[in-house]
Order: sequence, then C-alpha cells, then structure tokens
Amino acid sequence: MIDVQNVTRLFGQVMAVNDVSFRVEKGEILGFLGPNAAGKTTTMRILTTYLPATSGTAKVAGFDVHEDSMQVRKRIGYLPENPPLYPEMRVRDYLEFVAKIKGVDSANRNKAVDEAMDKTAITDVNQRVIRTLSKGYKQRVGLAQALVHNPDVLILDEPTVGLDPKQIIEVRQLIKNLAGNHTIILSTHILPEASKLCERVVIIDKGKIVAEETPENLTRKLGGSQRLTLVVGGPSADVLKNLQAIKGVAKAQTIEKIDKNKAKFVVESKSAESISADVAKAVVGKGWSLYELTPESMSLEDVFLHLTTKEEVVQ
Amino acid sequence: MRNFLAIFNREVKSYFSSPIAYIVIGLFLVVCGIFFYLIVSSFAQYCMYADMQAAQSQYRMPPPKLNINMMAIRPLLNNISVFALFFLPMITMRLYSDEKKTGTAELLLTSPVTNAQHILGKFAAGGLLYLVMLGFTFLFMILLFIFGNPETGPVFVGYLGLLLLGLCYISFGVFFSSLTENQIIAAVSTIAFILFFWAIGWLAGSVNPGVGKVLSQFSLIEHFEDFAKGVLDTKHVVFYLSFITMGLFLSFVSIESAKWRGR
Repeated sequence: MIDVQNVTRLFGQVMAVNDVSFRVEKGEILGFLGPNAAGKTTTMRILTTYLPATSGTAKVAGFDVHEDSMQVRKRIGYLPENPPLYPEMRVRDYLEFVAKIKGVDSANRNKAVDEAMDKTAITDVNQRVIRTLSKGYKQRVGLAQALVHNPDVLILDEPTVGLDPKQIIEVRQLIKNLAGNHTIILSTHILPEASKLCERVVIIDKGKIVAEETPENLTRKLGGSQRLTLVVGGPSADVLKNLQAIKGVAKAQTIEKIDKNKAKFVVESKSAESISADVAKAVVGKGWSLYELTPESMSLEDVFLHLTTKEEVVQ
Repeated sequence: MRNFLAIFNREVKSYFSSPIAYIVIGLFLVVCGIFFYLIVSSFAQYCMYADMQAAQSQYRMPPPKLNINMMAIRPLLNNISVFALFFLPMITMRLYSDEKKTGTAELLLTSPVTNAQHILGKFAAGGLLYLVMLGFTFLFMILLFIFGNPETGPVFVGYLGLLLLGLCYISFGVFFSSLTENQIIAAVSTIAFILFFWAIGWLAGSVNPGVGKVLSQFSLIEHFEDFAKGVLDTKHVVFYLSFITMGLFLSFVSIESAKWRGR
C-alpha cells in the first residue's frame, strides 16, 4: 500500500530525513517512533504530498506522491499534529466542506459525514462551533476529517498528544477499531502506545531508520538481560548474599525493607536465559518464604533509549 | 469547479460568520458617507453661489450648468479608490496567513484541490465582499439620481473602474497573504506595495521623459483617471486585468515554491 524508497529531505543544510525506506502492507498499522525532531513529521508530510522529497520515491496505493499527487491525495486521510480545524465553523459544516474538497460527490456526502461522526463519536456536538470544543473533541473532529472520504490510507501524526488519559484511551480505541479497513501510519513518541496499537514499529532517529520490528520482537531481541523482583521472608543480609551467589546472577540488590523479616530484592541476570527457577530454588531451599517473584522483561522504553542513544546495539 | 466553489463558499461564510465582514463594510460606508456628504454639500454650496452670482450680474446671464458628474461623482470615486486601498488589505490578509497559522493549510494542500482552484476561490471570495461594499456605496449614487440628474453611463464606467482597481488590490493581497503567516505583515506589505504602484506615476515628472512615460504607464491611479471621468478605454481595462493576473500568478508561484523551501 505504501512504498517508500530511499527518501531524503534536506532543509537547507539540515538533513531532516536521511535515506529512509519502508513498506506498509494493506490493512497494517505501522508505528512511527522517535524522539522529537527525528524526522517523523517530515516523512509523513512527504507521504501526504505536503512536502516534496529531495530525493527518493514514495508511492501510495501505487501512485507516486510527486508525479500523481492528486491521485494520492484522494486516497489518504491526514491528521497533522495540530488538527486542521477552522475554528469559526460548525462541526457538521466543516466535515461537509472537507468531504467536498476530498471529492466525495454530493449524493454520498451526507452519509459520509454521518458515518465519520458516528465512528468518532462526535454526533452529539455536530452543531457546535469548533472553537468552543474541548481539546479531546477537537482531536476527534480532526480524526473525523481524516476519515470522511473513507480513504485507503490514514496518516496520523501524534494523534494522542495533549489529551488527558481518558481521552487518550478513547482515541486509541478508535484507531484500533479503524484498523483492517484502512492502512494506518501513526507517529508517536509514547512507547506503550506504539506497542499497544501497532503491528510493526519503525524507530527513526536523526532522520534515519534505526530499527524495524514487531513490538514484541524488538523487546525480545534487545532484552539482553532479565530482571526479577522478589519478596522474601528471611534475614535480609543472608538472603542478599545467597542471591548474589546464584550462578548466572549479575547483580542483586535490596530495594525495600517491608518489615523486620521481609524485604524486596531485585536480581539481574547475566544473559537472556531465565534464572527464575534457580532463584526460587535457592530461596525455598534455605527454608525462607517466597512471597513474590516477578520477571520483568525490558520495557520498550528501555529499548527505545538503547536504540536512540547508541545505535550500534542494533548492528 | 466544485473545488473552486467549495473554497469560495467557505471563505464567504467565514467572512460573514465572523465580525470581519460587518466591521469592514460598516466602517467603509461610514468613511465613504462622510466624504459623500462633504463633497455633495460643497457642490451644492458652489451651485448656490454660482446661481447667486448669475442673478446679481448686470447682464442677467442664465445660471451656469454645473456638471455633477465632473464635480461631485468624480472626486467621490477618486476618494473611494483611496479608501479601498486601506480597507481591502484588511479582508485579504487572512486568506492564506490564517490557514498557515492554524495549520489548516495542511488540510488544504493535501486535499485533491489544485493551487489554481484555491487561489481563485479565495480571490473570488474577497472580490464578492468588495462587490458588496461597492454595492452599498451605490446607494449614494441613487440619492444623486433622485435629487439631481447625473449621466448614467459615466457612473457605471466609474464603478467598473473601481471594481477593477479593487480586484488589483485583492489579487496582490492574496499574494502577500500567501507569503507569511502573520496577518499584519500581509496587510502592511499589501498597502505599501499598492501605494508604491500608486505613487510611481508622480515620479514621472522628476525623471527623464522617456522613463517617466514608462513609469506613468505602471501607475495604478493614472489608469483610473479615465474611468473616474467616465471614459471607458480598453487599454486601462487590459492594464488592470494584467495586474490582477500578475498578482494571482505570483500567489501561485509563492505557494508552489514554499513547498520546496519547506513552508
């Protein structure tokens, strides 16, 4: 559906996007992950024909974004970081206007607007002036705007930024519901969002793609060590000594004394192999009581920091 | 055509759903009304004075026929052309600047609408608002027709001139608006630019005659003179139409090139 090849974009001397290539299949949700100023927005703007690439080609639904930009524009819905709303218009009028310029013919326009409002749950505010809406509603009107002509491809630039937690959950649910019918690219710098929503994640930093994986694979591949937290009832100094002595343990620490005879520890393994069984055996074998044992895999947050702070980890 | 109309309708609605249209039209009429009153009352005084003189003269001459077209309507039209210069940039300044500022430009420029369609749509919306402004000033003319007997032809020619001149302001207003996201900068540059092309004819006297002739041909107001007198000459129509086209073309170039610069 989307095919980006060796796309580079310069702003004067600054390379905003540097030789980026990726593909998105039909119906897939691709997450575009990166710190601020990594080139996410620029890449999306190239895909939406807002900006031309300095070199390289990008195709949406088989049409080149530069050569056939009008064809591409008919097939994409784009939600920029700031939803492109005319504050003085009413929600319904606004969506009708967007439907009109997106080429929805007048016979289907009413239905298209109704459907878009239904999907984004904004029917109740359809007569409100956009200026008076809350941030969450504005974001949803922005989303409705991207959907109104039922495009093949949806490009969403940081769709949840600036929303409160409840609104974030609603917008995410909305995006999930849209998957399947639309091919979606969404950018974010919030990692749990990417791992919850996306089937595949492209991590971009300083204009370059540093990794491209499913969220699970990414965590697994880069989760070099395993971490356990455990709560043990027993003399804490002895417990710690014993934990450190277990084969395969790199580091053990007491993090919290819960009461006189009970404490919380953290154990880190040397390799990716599981050490939970050995740790449990060691504790129980000494006659201490094991209240809790939780393996923690490295979070996507850690992976992200790894990738964007030292790229060599991937290679 | 559908895209053009969609943009045009949206712009017109947005003028009238905000106070802009009402304030601009209202104040424009206030200013024009004041000048209408001043010009007409001084014309009336002049007429009275001339009548009195004729009556008192020893030769019993008939009172002179004073031409209302030349003495009232012409200066009025000239004045309106100046007011339009200051009012029209106020309605064109938001056309693109506002879209850039609020981010709706990203919607407009990623929709299947060509640059020509949205430039013309916005230009036409500004033109319509101007037409409404001019329409209201025509009420003053109706008063003159009721209480006097001006010639009809020259009045219409004068209004055609005003329309064309105003469209020149609007087309460059669109252009300057497409250059910046700041509405004030857009308005001020439009006014400055138009004033420059207004005054360029005055330079003609102080440079050598060859250059002077060329300069006066570029002067916006020089071409308006004939219209105000009621003379319809194609050369002036062609000049204004070219000027309008130039403004629209520059808007096109500026939007297209902003894309490459990175907006």
